[in-house]
Amino acid sequence: MEVLGHLIEGIMVALEPINLGLAIIGVIIGLFVGAMPGLGSVNGVAILLPFTFVIQGFTGGATSPMIFLASIYYGAMYGGAISSITLGIPGASTAVATTFDGRPLALQGKAHVALMTAAIASFIGATISNVLFTGFAPVLASVALNFGNPEIFALMLLAFATFAGLGGDDFPKTIFSICFGLALSAVGFDIISGEPRLIFFDIQGFSHGIRFLVLAIGIYGIGEMLWTINTSRYGSSMSKVEVNFASITHALSRFREAWRGTIIGSFLGFFVGILPAAGATPGSLMAYGVTKMTSKNPEKFGKGSINGVAAPEAANNAASTGAMLPMMTLGIPGSPTTAVLLAGMVIWGLQPGPLLFTNQPDFVWPLIGSFYISNVVAVCVNIAFIPVFLWMLRMPFTILSPLIFVLSLVGTYAAYMDMFDVWLMVLIGIGGFFMRILDYPVAPAVLAIVLGPIAEPTLRQTLLQYETFTIFFTRPIAGPITVIAIILILLPGLQFLYRKFKGA
Amino acid sequence: MRRAEIVTAFLLGIFSVYLMWKSGDPPAWNPSIPRFSNIGFDETGTPGSGFWPFWLGFIMLICTIWIGINWVLKKSPQSVSEEPFLDDFGKKMLLTVGGGLIGFLVFIHILGFYGAIFVFMIYYMKFLGRHSWVLTLIISTVLPVICFFFFDIAMRIVLPKGYLEPLFIPLYDIFL
Repeated sequence: MEVLGHLIEGIMVALEPINLGLAIIGVIIGLFVGAMPGLGSVNGVAILLPFTFVIQGFTGGATSPMIFLASIYYGAMYGGAISSITLGIPGASTAVATTFDGRPLALQGKAHVALMTAAIASFIGATISNVLFTGFAPVLASVALNFGNPEIFALMLLAFATFAGLGGDDFPKTIFSICFGLALSAVGFDIISGEPRLIFFDIQGFSHGIRFLVLAIGIYGIGEMLWTINTSRYGSSMSKVEVNFASITHALSRFREAWRGTIIGSFLGFFVGILPAAGATPGSLMAYGVTKMTSKNPEKFGKGSINGVAAPEAANNAASTGAMLPMMTLGIPGSPTTAVLLAGMVIWGLQPGPLLFTNQPDFVWPLIGSFYISNVVAVCVNIAFIPVFLWMLRMPFTILSPLIFVLSLVGTYAAYMDMFDVWLMVLIGIGGFFMRILDYPVAPAVLAIVLGPIAEPTLRQTLLQYETFTIFFTRPIAGPITVIAIILILLPGLQFLYRKFKGA
Repeated sequence: MRRAEIVTAFLLGIFSVYLMWKSGDPPAWNPSIPRFSNIGFDETGTPGSGFWPFWLGFIMLICTIWIGINWVLKKSPQSVSEEPFLDDFGKKMLLTVGGGLIGFLVFIHILGFYGAIFVFMIYYMKFLGRHSWVLTLIISTVLPVICFFFFDIAMRIVLPKGYLEPLFIPLYDIFL
């Protein structure tokens, strides 16, 4: 009850005209930054951090600036889906998984359904996550701390297993794709021994590693685009959508097919968001994998499943709130964006940590209240903009496709400021086009390059600490997760044996 | 398609072997360490720097052999496909669009991003899309201008400008 009273007070503060105004501006900025390929919430929050000092000078407290930054964060989570669906380029790393099914839906002329699903799933994901945050913040923070290296590696193994064991893709090609992504994520310096490794052909550009967005934008911005041109012959590849009231209400009614993905995404995303070093990108990819794994028709995923859009979108929003939890209660940021927010809090004179809730209630509760408010603002702004996004799809393909190429190149440069990455991105894209023709699944490689930098150190640190592989089976949390993952990986073989046995 | 499947699997197999070979590289500051000494466990029981990529490369190699076996047994859809890997349209598209992208990259080094966007949009819209000159010129001009104001001015992300750099100095004086 006490929590509810605090929350209502907090929401009232967040609804004050100045705070509400800042939330609306923040959401709109976030929406555009998130929709721009290569730029994500971290760019928006980092660039506008200095601006918050002006707000602080004006309002006097730390609450309004924090509400502004949190709104940008939320807006970007919504915005990432827009370019993933309409253009097929992941708007932000957190929206990569949205591309898997959002783009096929757009190609089938159902972009309005995908955009609406993304907006509503995001809203539900964020709301569930907010409720969990409000009710259980201190308890969940201690659970997350109990996740050691073996548990996190087991979780990564489960994520790969969900992609490998099910879904009907060619098995050796899927495993190849996962290992390929993991190997690319190992390029650069080994973070444990400090040795440079896999500097291919001794080209120095590889020493900083192959960045995740280089692979994702290359595959989706260039590779998929070339594939679309090749199969559609510049024809009516993007089916046109009539933008009217009926199509929007139709999209709304289709959402009931997406409840499963939304629920899985919301809870899983929140939990992965809490884990230190994880965050919204792994959260959304894992939610996609688990939803596909538990679906009755996993073969529809990757070809335009509504659940395939809902799960990652619910998850990335849920994770963005989840990532705030260790940041505020323990002072450990769960993602790059929360690291910037943490810096902001310290600059404004707050001390994140276990005592924040007791020492600074007049800051914490309005902030939590603003999560609820900015979430409502974000879903309204997003739905209002859907006709504008759909209008982009009405452009002739010979204008839209070069625009996508330009945004892919500019976005890659803007993310890393390195021409080597832009070259590599285009070459990966052309390679991805050939792989696409031969039906090598590309989504597992994208998952692997995101999770690789988490999986490898946790595996090696576990082996350093416990000196045995059996630890993955004997720890109470890691054990069951590892066993499930192994069963999933072996599932195609088991199915084969089952059919043979049944046949005999 | 059938030939492309096995050729690709073969090339990916070679890449896997290269990955395994490269994983075993001794550290640059101590070339006397024998190759592949880092792919196992060191004296403290920790896997070395090459452990992870080497064994990934090994699994990749097994997968390419598996794809090869599926090809011989004609078990995958690509290994029985009669369709060409790339038809005439595909080859022409790869040359014009893929080549256009490489040209775009080269132009970035000469004219910078904004000049290269202008040239690429004209090439694509006029010569591949056959749009009118008016529309082509409008979009080719407006797009770099929007990009400049978004990236250079609003986001403070300075994109390369190549030999056109002097033209932007007055703009910086006005807007920054």
